[in-house]
Amino acid sequence: MLPTTWKEEAYCKMAKVKKIVKTIKIDADKCNGCRGCEIICSAFHAVPKYSSVNPARSRIRVITHRLKDIWLPVFAGEYARSECAGRDIYTIGGKQYDECGFCRASCPSRDLFKEPDSGLPLKCDMCEGEAKPHCVEWCLNSVLVYEEREEEVEEEEEKPEELQIGLEALADRHGLQKMKDAVARMSRNGQEEGS
Amino acid sequence: MRYAETGFHLEVDLATGNIERVETDPKLMELFLGGLGTSVKIHWDRVPPETKPFDPENLLIFSTGLLNGTPAFSANRTVVSFISPQSELLAYPMMGGFWSAELKYAGYDKVIFRNKSPKWVYLWIKDDKVELRDAAHLKGRGSLETQELIRSELNDPNAQVAAIGLAGENRCFTASIEQSRSSSSRLGGGAIMGDKKLKAVAVRGTKDVHLARGAEFMELMKGVTDYINYRNTHPIPDVMTIMSGIGSPQEMVHTDEKWHSESFAWGNARERRRNFWTPEIDKSWTKTQLSVIKRLISCFNCPQHCGALIDRPGQPRYMMKCFSKLTYAMAAYVDDLDFSFRIVQRAQEYGVDGFSTPQILAFGFELKDAGILTDKDFEGCPTDKEGRFFWLLDRLVRREGIGDVLADGTYWAAKRIGKGAEEFAHNVIKKHEQLPIKLGMLDPLYFLMYSTNEKISITQIEGNWPQAAFATREQRERFVQDWPQLPDEKFKQYLLEWEPRGEKGIPHFPTPEMCCEIVDWMEMLHNIDDALGICAGMASFCLKPPYHINNYPKLISAATGMDVDRNELKRKVNRSRNLHRAFNNRRGMTRADEKPPKDHWKHRFPELEEKLLSTYYKHKGWNDNGIPTRARLEELDLGYVADDLEGRGILQNGQG
Repeated sequence: MLPTTWKEEAYCKMAKVKKIVKTIKIDADKCNGCRGCEIICSAFHAVPKYSSVNPARSRIRVITHRLKDIWLPVFAGEYARSECAGRDIYTIGGKQYDECGFCRASCPSRDLFKEPDSGLPLKCDMCEGEAKPHCVEWCLNSVLVYEEREEEVEEEEEKPEELQIGLEALADRHGLQKMKDAVARMSRNGQEEGS
Repeated sequence: MRYAETGFHLEVDLATGNIERVETDPKLMELFLGGLGTSVKIHWDRVPPETKPFDPENLLIFSTGLLNGTPAFSANRTVVSFISPQSELLAYPMMGGFWSAELKYAGYDKVIFRNKSPKWVYLWIKDDKVELRDAAHLKGRGSLETQELIRSELNDPNAQVAAIGLAGENRCFTASIEQSRSSSSRLGGGAIMGDKKLKAVAVRGTKDVHLARGAEFMELMKGVTDYINYRNTHPIPDVMTIMSGIGSPQEMVHTDEKWHSESFAWGNARERRRNFWTPEIDKSWTKTQLSVIKRLISCFNCPQHCGALIDRPGQPRYMMKCFSKLTYAMAAYVDDLDFSFRIVQRAQEYGVDGFSTPQILAFGFELKDAGILTDKDFEGCPTDKEGRFFWLLDRLVRREGIGDVLADGTYWAAKRIGKGAEEFAHNVIKKHEQLPIKLGMLDPLYFLMYSTNEKISITQIEGNWPQAAFATREQRERFVQDWPQLPDEKFKQYLLEWEPRGEKGIPHFPTPEMCCEIVDWMEMLHNIDDALGICAGMASFCLKPPYHINNYPKLISAATGMDVDRNELKRKVNRSRNLHRAFNNRRGMTRADEKPPKDHWKHRFPELEEKLLSTYYKHKGWNDNGIPTRARLEELDLGYVADDLEGRGILQNGQG
């Protein structure tokens, strides 16, 4: 049994505050399917910055079915630990979309928004600290448009660090006990190496 | 750690099914960059000159370029190289699309196929897992259809697939390799795949491509991005619309086809229809084009719109690019553009070259009209212009009846048919069908490019220098004002002096010496693009492009960590160009092969043409027979090539 999550703890503290909400509007009809957004995203988030490129690490992916005329940029959202029941098919403008196509979650039911080597979840951070997200700048066809607006929202919950989200994902995947054992083993090995 | 390149090749022996992941020598990048450059070196080392196109020893190499997979815009070309069944020389048709970046992300720079498979197979590369899979169920399927079927059976919508259709399976000499919205079309790579019983190559990769100095690279790309934005909003004035922008010709964006339809020749590259483009045609063609284009699309990491998804009721969707919009209609003398959108769908599923094939079909009907081919050869053929083209295309790709002869292209078909058919195969260079262009006055620049380039396809040799002189001094001054792409300021003066006619016009100006310098510049840039995997549409094939000799060295240095300047970059591509030429010389190519079609220009100047060729050979460091001299080869660290050519008596001792 996992401990009470951060969400539940934070629930009681909420109050209304003004906040800048950052959004990216997606005009999928303008997308020419080049996947430049995936490239720049993975390059920017590489460590060190711009040291490598790998669309599989990108926090934005263009869902593509060329002959079906589907080019749909989707940003990585929250991590979801379990599969959802939704497998509905939507028809929009004569095109059929799988419900999954629009979903931003990094979840167990598909191979999307996960670090390819570790399987850890990826999430769009709007290129924190930059003037605007790089995918927006890199898309020369104005498919992605950055917007900021002021909104009155409930006071922001205290968010867990990236490390905690990653650890939660690992615990979901392998079980908490296995993970504890592994950490214990790694710590021991580390001590041995250090001694 | 390897930068920009992955440092690994896949070696696939189709006869045994053995697959190996082989680490490459880092020195190869230093010598030949990558892409075409490093592929040429492999062909030189491993394919002896006695190898015939359909011998098992003919290597088929799918190569990425050095910058594929990096953030460089438009680095999406795949170079496919092999000895062509048509020219019997080393061919390297390229395709855009999405394949090469995916191969880099899977961890490989090239896939090298050797020998022949005993049964139909396709290769599936998923990172470290690489397997040959049965393709018996895909035999006979269309090239686009095959791509979809493979993605579906692999349950991987992101797999990128290059596949052949019926034409490749049946070893038609103009069979293409189709992939997404692009194709490797010229000189019969599809036939080599078919001969090896390789139906497709599918790839999916999830690994990193590394940059040596990433932050510096991105800073340089900012400059490139600004220039792309600038050029997309500032078309070049005083030139035809089709040449005013960047990217491959924006055939899917523009509907005005006055220039192509009136300047290029109709039928079997026969006649220009100077008053074709009437207001009625304009209206009808525009309406047709706009009604079938569902979306404008690009290749991997490219902001342009050179292709389109075509959705024409009553037929499967497909993706069209560039000039195939016109080649079939013009070859068939059909004035209705809808015919193009119909027949290209079928031709693409079959997988045939959209330049050569329409000319071959028109050539077939000319031979029938001339009585060289008979009614019996065309038994069952419809009589209408459209229907008969479909009929003959169907036969060609299946090698049925007369289609079997025509499937080898106009040069070889004419040889087999005889009875004067050779006169009708009039539009070839080195046995390969050329653009259907027939003009008046000899153009010395085009004479050199057509005659001498290893690519044997003019659209991928020309580019940075305007196709014709500007009419007025004012226009010339406007053009040279802002020209940061130049390798040398002296070219501005050449352009300012160049006039549409008279003493300072073609054929005598630019002078042979100037022509050599201009052609050398253009082919150098094409060779750089082809080593880097950058689309010529963003560099060597258009006026004032975003990539050029002044920013390429910095981008390459930052990406690879190997510091190169302009001279060193030029030296590297000169090295591969000379090795490529030596490879072809070793297969018998000489000065005698270096000539454009007799009727390419109405006004020819034999003496001037010989002078142009001799001056150019000298400029390149080649002897009078078009073979690189020992001195030139040694200067490029290719002494072993000189030894080989001398050993075979192709270079005579003491010839320099």
